[in-house]
Amino acid sequence: MTTPVQQPVTSVWSMYRAIVGIGALCALLIVSVFKATEGRIADNRARFLASAVAEILPEAQWTLAVAVDASGALVEASEGAALPGYLGFDADGNIVGAVITGIGMGYADNIRLLYAYSFELDAITGFKILESKETPGLGDRVEVEPHFLASFDRLDASLSPGGDALANAIVTVKQGEKVAPWQIDGITGATITSEAIGRILDVSASVWVPALERDAAAFAGRQPHEEEQ
Amino acid sequence: MNQPPTTDEFVKGLWRDNPVFVQVLGMCPALAVSNTAINALAMGLATSFVLLMSGISVSLLRRFIPREARIVCYICIIASFVTVVDYAIAAISLELYRSLGAFIALIVVNCLILGRAEAFASKNTVGRSVLDALGMGVGFTVALLSIGIVREILGSNSLFGIALFPDGFQTWTVMVLPSGGFFAMALWLLVVNRIKERQALKEPAQ
Repeated sequence: MTTPVQQPVTSVWSMYRAIVGIGALCALLIVSVFKATEGRIADNRARFLASAVAEILPEAQWTLAVAVDASGALVEASEGAALPGYLGFDADGNIVGAVITGIGMGYADNIRLLYAYSFELDAITGFKILESKETPGLGDRVEVEPHFLASFDRLDASLSPGGDALANAIVTVKQGEKVAPWQIDGITGATITSEAIGRILDVSASVWVPALERDAAAFAGRQPHEEEQ
Repeated sequence: MNQPPTTDEFVKGLWRDNPVFVQVLGMCPALAVSNTAINALAMGLATSFVLLMSGISVSLLRRFIPREARIVCYICIIASFVTVVDYAIAAISLELYRSLGAFIALIVVNCLILGRAEAFASKNTVGRSVLDALGMGVGFTVALLSIGIVREILGSNSLFGIALFPDGFQTWTVMVLPSGGFFAMALWLLVVNRIKERQALKEPAQ
């Protein structure tokens, strides 16, 4: 008959010492790496943002960060504003368009994007994904699918007669069923992500476009400060 | 176990115990992020770094970590190095960071890393753990790259972003979709198992 093997009992102190000690070392490592890479990541993000703005609003020589305040008025954005917009200016200080940041839930996580608004066309004329964790090969097709991107040649975002809301809600329809200029031709196989893009644009444009159309003219004639590009 | 490190610790991960083609571990990133060769290479290198650093840490701390608390300690160590990789990739290239998406964070739950920490690093010296982690890391990277190369050539008509064939080449779109990962994986498993089978047949005769 065999006798059961006695396992040595580990003291509670040893357990606390190991878990808390390793936790503290790991926290120190993470904080150190965060501080070491913080500046570089911020530079990368700023560079990426600048190239994204230049890509969807190429006419702009420089931009001014703006925001919509609690009363719905367009104001110059304070540093670190969560979802800023950018007024694009040419060399003479004329406003050539606006680029706005939008955010909303996609399939996997929040999608953060930039879209360009044309005052001349009353329409959204392009978008660029800033952050997305959509499924590679499926959800990320919203960035490359030609028929989907064709909807943004001139996506209607005109205002209702009162000027305080969009005349028609921007909406993504099933692939091949787009009949109106405010509809986005969806992507079969990336339904949730393509619908999310439409929803993000509709929610954001409903707030931003009335403010831009009402207040942007007040910013015309501005010249860039040294720090603005 | 204080045996001296041997080259076998390194070599076994490359072929005999390859983590992808033999142990079939870490399938989530192997199939999801291998749609292009560059993504596969980046994921392989990121996983190898975490594997190496967590192997060193677990081996160094193996006498300090009580048996009952080992899994929580290993996960804490692995998650910390994954966070380090996450920040490092974002600092190196935001484009690469965007293309790898959620899968960087998911390295934490790659069973290959926890498996090597539990089965090897917690029982062996730092030297042996380093060789084991390097071997498994290189084996994992080569396997991901093999899958990524096939998928990118057939699915996108390019390799590392460089166009390969003339315009007449019809790309196989399915290869860049998730199902293409399974096809490429099956193809490589077929090749690897066929070679192993032939080796096994030859061995008794020698």
